[in-house]
Amino acid sequence: MSILEKIFTAIRGGAREVGEAIVDKNSVRIFEQEIRDAEDKLNQAKRDLTEVMAKEMQAARKIESLKAEVERHEGFAAQALEKGDESLAMEIAEKIVELQSELDEQERARKSFAAHVERLKGMIKKTGKTLTDMKRQLVMVKTTESVQQATTAINNNYASSGSRLLSAKESLDRIRQRQQDLDDRLAAGEQLKGELEGENLQARLEAAGIVSNSNKQAQDVLARLKAKKAG
Amino acid sequence: MVDLGNLAEQLTERGSNAADSGFFFEVNTIPGDVDVLQVVVEDRDELPIFVSASESQLLCIAYLFREDEVKEDAVADMHRAMLASNVPMPLSSFATIDGQYVVFGALSVNSGIEDIVHELETLASNAVDAIEAMQSFLK
Repeated sequence: MSILEKIFTAIRGGAREVGEAIVDKNSVRIFEQEIRDAEDKLNQAKRDLTEVMAKEMQAARKIESLKAEVERHEGFAAQALEKGDESLAMEIAEKIVELQSELDEQERARKSFAAHVERLKGMIKKTGKTLTDMKRQLVMVKTTESVQQATTAINNNYASSGSRLLSAKESLDRIRQRQQDLDDRLAAGEQLKGELEGENLQARLEAAGIVSNSNKQAQDVLARLKAKKAG
Repeated sequence: MVDLGNLAEQLTERGSNAADSGFFFEVNTIPGDVDVLQVVVEDRDELPIFVSASESQLLCIAYLFREDEVKEDAVADMHRAMLASNVPMPLSSFATIDGQYVVFGALSVNSGIEDIVHELETLASNAVDAIEAMQSFLK
């Protein structure tokens, strides 16, 4: 069963006590140990790989030099035969056989090192993948744990502060109401600003004599009434 | 692992000094087994955002409503609506935690303060929008 399935089952089961961990601490510890073991294994494999690759290169260098040596001795043997020195040629031939067998041995060693390198590379790749996967799963477990602890802390905080959790609709109404209030205040501000500007305009128009001052109008009316009475 | 105390300081500084963005918020620390930051966004006091950290991620969670606030015959429709909005909803996803519906966002612990503030701002708006969108499913 994957970790995610385990978590899912535990949550859906819902039979947990308050504060009881979804994934028990001991299995988390075991899992963390497995991850550390896999990491050690991976590091060991990487060290081994470096070592085996070095040996493979050494073998390759030795093979090159042995091949050159065989070639050189074949040249010597040909020269000895040309000079008709059969016994010297024979001695050289024996040396060639010796070199050849050493060469075969080095070839076998190189092949075996190369195979070992391939095996280690495969193992490193596989262990690396497994490790990434294990770490991802551990993150799920830890996150579940952390969310649970956080939820407990939040709930305790609400309980201790005595504040009631509002229903979503109440919360939304309050937020919307506050936004409406703000909008209203802004609108009222705009209106007031407009009115003030309007007053200013009225004053300027009066000063310019374009519209008559309301005080002046009253004086005019009074003057007219006085004139009428006198008449 | 993110140092939540340090993050709280940075967020407090940023939340009280948001002249250019207009995104003001307060930060309180809730002590517990793991520390949790409570971020209260200006004018959205009823929908605080809770920030907690695990080894690999920062989780920002806004609680929407309890399961018992949902009309019994509307649960399946609401779940479909949530699944359908999960991808279009920027940075946040719907989820349930302990019988409560939430929207949440997860960030890498390597996120910068601006990323975190952006996440909080988006989540705060998403939370209000989400309740509004799911209103018809609520009692």
